[in-house]
Amino acid sequence: MYLTRRFAAQPLLPAGLLPAPVPLSRRGFLQGAGGLVLGVSFMPLAAADDPAIPGDAGSGVAPETTIEPQAFVHIGTDGRVTVYAKHLEMGQGSYTGLATLVAEELDADWSQVRVEGAPADAKRYANTLLGVQGTGGSTAMANAHRQMREAGAAARAMLVAAAAQRWGVPAGQITVDNGRVLHAPSKHNVGFGELAEDAAKQPVPRTLTLKTPDAFRLIGKTTPRRVDSAGKTDGSAQFTQDVQLPDMLVAVVAHPPRFGATPKSFDAAKAKAIDGVVDVLEYEGGHGRFGGVAVLSRNTWIAKQGRDALTVEWDESKAMKDGSDALMARFRTLADSAGTVARQSGDADAALAKADKRIEADYEFPYLAHASMEPMNCVVSLGERSCEIWNGEQFQTIDQAGAAALLGLQPEQVVIHQLYAGGSFGRRANPHADFVLEAVSIAKAARKQGHKGPVKLVWTREEDTRAGYYRPMALHRVRAAIGKDGRPAAWHHRVVTESIMAGTPFAEFGIRDGIDSSSLEGVIEPYEIPNLYLDLHSPDTGVPVQWWRSVGHTHTGYVTEVVVDELAYAAGQDPVAYRRKLLKDHPRHLAVLELAAAKAGWDTPLKAAAGEKRGRGVAVVKSFNSYVAEVAEVTVKADGSLKVDRVVCAVDCGLAINPDVIRAQMEGGIGFGLAAMLHSQVTLKDGVVEQSNFHNYPMLRIGEMPQVEVHIVASAEPPTGVGEPGTPPLAPAVANAIFAATAKRIRRLPLGDQLKA
Amino acid sequence: MVKMTVNGVERTHEGDPSMPLLWFLRDEAQLTGTKYGCGMSLCGACTVHMDGQAVRSCTMPVAAVAGKAITTIEGVGTDKVGKAVQTAWREHDVVQCGYCQSGQIMSAIALLQSNATPSDADIDTAMNGNVCRCATYVRIRSAIHSAARALKA
Ligand code: FES
Ligand code: FES
Repeated sequence: MYLTRRFAAQPLLPAGLLPAPVPLSRRGFLQGAGGLVLGVSFMPLAAADDPAIPGDAGSGVAPETTIEPQAFVHIGTDGRVTVYAKHLEMGQGSYTGLATLVAEELDADWSQVRVEGAPADAKRYANTLLGVQGTGGSTAMANAHRQMREAGAAARAMLVAAAAQRWGVPAGQITVDNGRVLHAPSKHNVGFGELAEDAAKQPVPRTLTLKTPDAFRLIGKTTPRRVDSAGKTDGSAQFTQDVQLPDMLVAVVAHPPRFGATPKSFDAAKAKAIDGVVDVLEYEGGHGRFGGVAVLSRNTWIAKQGRDALTVEWDESKAMKDGSDALMARFRTLADSAGTVARQSGDADAALAKADKRIEADYEFPYLAHASMEPMNCVVSLGERSCEIWNGEQFQTIDQAGAAALLGLQPEQVVIHQLYAGGSFGRRANPHADFVLEAVSIAKAARKQGHKGPVKLVWTREEDTRAGYYRPMALHRVRAAIGKDGRPAAWHHRVVTESIMAGTPFAEFGIRDGIDSSSLEGVIEPYEIPNLYLDLHSPDTGVPVQWWRSVGHTHTGYVTEVVVDELAYAAGQDPVAYRRKLLKDHPRHLAVLELAAAKAGWDTPLKAAAGEKRGRGVAVVKSFNSYVAEVAEVTVKADGSLKVDRVVCAVDCGLAINPDVIRAQMEGGIGFGLAAMLHSQVTLKDGVVEQSNFHNYPMLRIGEMPQVEVHIVASAEPPTGVGEPGTPPLAPAVANAIFAATAKRIRRLPLGDQLKA
Repeated sequence: MVKMTVNGVERTHEGDPSMPLLWFLRDEAQLTGTKYGCGMSLCGACTVHMDGQAVRSCTMPVAAVAGKAITTIEGVGTDKVGKAVQTAWREHDVVQCGYCQSGQIMSAIALLQSNATPSDADIDTAMNGNVCRCATYVRIRSAIHSAARALKA
């Protein structure tokens, strides 16, 4: 079924598979992008909004458009509306969101709307905020909302034009409602399907009128349920792991035990003796990815049996052999000296020297694995001059360009079939295309051995946990002081953490003056500090690092919100009241703070049972242009065990496209943040990752999940993302609640046994 | 040779009888709704029913299911409890990435078959072996309560 080519028949298309290139949108589609297409239009998120777009949720008359509706929506003669999603659906609800936007302007019948993953196409499907076709930085709605609405509006106009022509009536008298096109005076009333073929022949309109918010039937409503619920509850949803193709072989691999090691020699005799093992082969590694030994079989388990029977000798001459304790010790030493200055105002040192109330502390954060439920995998089929990939693609055009380069093909010769991803949290957006190119490399080696069929690379949970690309380890050293009025007077902040973007195609735009923006994003913000100093060390550790749900905010949000809490207590003020004063000129921060505090009943004291301590904590973090405040309530038992009882969350993400998806993402982001807060850490001993599976890299379980309440701030601002912003406030809110309950500051994550000591 | 029924259809496995049921289902029977998450009975993604009991198929050798009736996510839609749970899951839009959800649903069905009105604590106990990395737990709880109510009505 997944062999079916998408875009096989498109009545809305005049001819061919995809139309000939048309003028590209004013929103900056990538032009003439060959090879790695990065850098053409990478813009910092803050500057991303197109000035041509009104700030009122994008309603009204659009300026001249060059939208290609047929690239995004197809109407079948059966009346079915298919939306082509340029973004990956990895759980965050992007398919539902994109479809809602198209269906809203199209006035489609929601029950007739389906979504399919779009192919890789750097021109047509670029993320206008990232400059590549990719999904990340919580940008799906932010970059696509206008585009999707224009696509829906254009398709609607074409249906109306077709109807006007057929019935010989003025287009202005025609209405569209819930998948039907109507002309009241003549009582014409037909479904989309009946007009689909004629509509495809209409010219694409160049001016479009978008709905004003009062006319919305789907946006902001709970009617559009998730488009992927049915398939994900009956086992039919297709993940990469589920791809079965004729003659396909599964590859289970032996990776080197240490980063930077390569295979020296191997003995495959025992593996090959296993019934069902088809072949054993060495494959080449490369920039940012492993080489290793792969065992091929038709059956995944047999391939794994074969892999377990291998003896491989590794060349570890270039391997990373440090332990994470030693690396953290190195970070602490580095923090004794100045780094690259990122921000400076007033004189932080002088102000600190004369302040009478000071706090001073180190905050430490471990490496974190993404640990999506579906371990990394990828299916590759190679032909003489072709490559087909089946994958839950988060970085389509980076993976496409990487595969093309490895195979000596043009990017267009690499066809990508988009599938659902069983989670990602950033992992599938690898700037080196690591596991995708590993699969290509294995398929290439297999082809040399005469195995011409497709190859499915499957990492076991153990490879997935140990293969790196972790949230980088981080150390923050902070000295801060309050003035006589209790307000922060000085803040000296040093961050030591490895750069995520160094050595990747993102470096050119993401690293300025030696500062990787993702290392410091959000730190100290939005608080105004008269005497402020911020610097950064970006040591190279040899451990592969990558973005992990909410990236730098995972640690910068924590430190900022815990330090502010410390300052509030130092000033003898209530943490909400204190923040309220500091956020006076930041209305969107303030609004989520007030809403979360009110809904949580901040001013009503918590009741504790005998022998238990209870506390409430708050944190407010803006990330990816969305504002989230969370209030956590915790109970600490006499034995030091912690239960997070309840989390009240307020979110402002601009126009709320799918309120229920927003709620779900806040709930999920909270659970994800809590897992990291309580349990997660990847440690290394002599360069070997110590964790391997869920027994030593524990996940959050249902009994640990707090009650969660989500409140959405009504807003007509342009929509921003929700996949990540729910995560950053959780850990500091819990840490601040722990302090309220126990007077103990948590300055090292994960919490582990720290309350039991 | 091992014989069993899967969703009412007789199946035979001729290969290594120590192969975990999960890989027989996925790679031999092409029933890919049952998922691999850990291979060590730690996550529940592979949960199926064996004679009505929830079991982890990733550590259950095919040999151990000889003569048994296996039900997978593909086979629950015709069962009253199965249907109620799937419906509740859709009404609550429980799923996010969805990868864990076959296992969650299989565990939830087994719970409701043995306890028609589970409390939150019962749910937490019965579902403790099913990890959801997307943390859809709040909705899993609500959906199980909804399904229980629907089945009583
Ligand atoms: S795959 Fe069986 S419990 Fe995880
Ligand atoms: S829905 Fe993603 S792991 Fe549960």
